[in-house]
Amino acid sequence: MADEKFDSIVVGAGPAGVSAALTMAQAGLNVALLERGEYAGAKNVQGAVLYSKMLEDVVPEFWKDAPLERAIVEERLWVLTEDSGIQVGYKSAKYNSVPANCYTIIRVEFDKWFAKKAEAAGVTLITGVTVDDVLKKDGDIIGVKTTEGDRLLADVVIACDGANSIISQKAGLHREWKPEEVALGVKEVLFLPREKIEDRFNLEGDQGSTTEMLGDITQGMLGYAFLYTNKESLALGVGCAVDDFQRTRIKPYELLEEIKRHPMIRRLIAGSKTLEYSAHLIPEGGYNSMPPLYTGGMLLAGDAAQMINPTHREGSNLAMASGKLAAETVIEAKKRNNYSARSLGLYRKKLEESFVLKDMDDHKDIEEKVRQNRDIMTIYPKLACESAHEYFIVDGLPKRDHQRRIIRRIRRQRGIFQMIKDFMSLRHAIG
Amino acid sequence: MAEEPKPMSLEDKLGLLTYKNDHQTHIKLLDANVCLKCPDKPCATGCPAGVYVWDEPQKKIVVSYENCIECGAARMLCPYNNIEWQPPRGGFGVSYKYG
Ligand SMILES: Cc1cc2nc3c(=O)[nH]c(=O)nc-3n(C[C@H](O)[C@H](O)[C@H](O)COP(=O)(O)OP(=O)(O)OC[C@H]3O[C@@H](n4cnc5c(N)ncnc54)[C@H](O)[C@@H]3O)c2cc1C
Ligand code: SF4
Repeated sequence: MADEKFDSIVVGAGPAGVSAALTMAQAGLNVALLERGEYAGAKNVQGAVLYSKMLEDVVPEFWKDAPLERAIVEERLWVLTEDSGIQVGYKSAKYNSVPANCYTIIRVEFDKWFAKKAEAAGVTLITGVTVDDVLKKDGDIIGVKTTEGDRLLADVVIACDGANSIISQKAGLHREWKPEEVALGVKEVLFLPREKIEDRFNLEGDQGSTTEMLGDITQGMLGYAFLYTNKESLALGVGCAVDDFQRTRIKPYELLEEIKRHPMIRRLIAGSKTLEYSAHLIPEGGYNSMPPLYTGGMLLAGDAAQMINPTHREGSNLAMASGKLAAETVIEAKKRNNYSARSLGLYRKKLEESFVLKDMDDHKDIEEKVRQNRDIMTIYPKLACESAHEYFIVDGLPKRDHQRRIIRRIRRQRGIFQMIKDFMSLRHAIG
Repeated sequence: MAEEPKPMSLEDKLGLLTYKNDHQTHIKLLDANVCLKCPDKPCATGCPAGVYVWDEPQKKIVVSYENCIECGAARMLCPYNNIEWQPPRGGFGVSYKYG
């Protein structure tokens, strides 16, 4: 591999990298896709909910052969205290379309399939190589170096190396993340026979559901837990801010074990067998933590650029969309034969025009607001559950007494003005 | 009452994984003295693979790099930036089957 030269080198075969490489190869560019895992997907962890729209933009009619698990027909949000929960859900026959709005996937299977699509389009996929530096000439990036000392050259490098992006740091584009800018997610895949999943989650055939859980379940840490249905397994995980793990000294794997024992979850996973345990960072710093997105000879896409919308569990879709826009930028730069920072600046414009930067911008303050006011993670779920308890209990006490008790409790625990303040600050942050 | 799920230890969880071990470490502690004075040792609790363990007799953090599942969180968990974490060399480390 001595000093080979490509039109473009893409580092990382996740959703961002494969989308970028595939799009460029389809336009006739000579592309190398470098992946440190033994195979594409080997290092990757996701919930995993896959959004159709952004994949369809890269692989039309993907549903005909992609390894999909279940089409999501119901999305549920649970607000939990230690022993109770309020459930909100949305189930719709409209979700029965083809393709569905989203699907669950086994991420490793999906990444293998996706990378094969890129290879079929002419991308040179090289697995088992870790990039550990960039090559520079006159301040611009002209290639990469691997841990084995190989040097590969290209007109443009696209850094799609995910949350632990080394090359963007080596290129001088960004500093290390701060603990409050990243979340740590831990997850288990639990085997459960198909019929049991369909019974317990009220599903038919290949329909699936997602459940997101907030409140006491994260023991006061900023984050949430999730439970997704696959064909023959469940994905149960939890992600919380790294500074909260630092502060509380909660062990991530013990937190996951406690979640398994929660009365609302225990029954759903009863009799299941753990197939795999995994962990991964989630760059949740949002818009304000995003590094510069390009420099001469290099672009950043996906998690490497903090492109996650934490309020909507979206990441892989932003990765695919940004990977594709990065590729389109390179295709146009090639026509001009100009890979300077100025020429590649088109990338930022494309992102601003797409949903990617609009969504990131709209949600930029939400985490900060919740962080300043951490109590709302536990007080509101508790209040909501206690109020529901008063509302539903039949104990011989007149209803008006129960209503008074609800109001008194709310006043005591939070105060009406504080509640209005909480609400306004969050509403403002959501935009 | 649903049956209680059997509690799973971290060792059980890590035992399910496939690793290709490198003979050289990809994790370095920069200065052992910093750990000595570190009051909370958040690396020892926050690492999801229990890679960092405080050894009281030796008065140092022992790093079991071969158990690392490569989340990268350790770099941010250490308040003193005392952990230098690199991804393992190409092809080495953990390989997930589900992810
Ligand atoms: C627990 C959890 C649950 C999630 N759930 C969802 C969800 O339900 N829906 C959703 O849309 N998003 C979800 N996300 C977020 C989503 O997984 C990411 O946003 C997405 O994977 C980002 O894609 P990417 O291509 O940018 O990075 P990655 O998928 O991380 O890919 C980066 C690739 O680069 C490779 N690489 C890294 N460094 C190097 C190097 N130095 N040399 C060579 N190769 C390298 C890696 O091995 C990897 O293959 C979740 C994340 C987590 C952790
Ligand atoms: S957190 Fe950092 S300084 Fe503290 S014990 Fe761990 S590595 Fe050492």
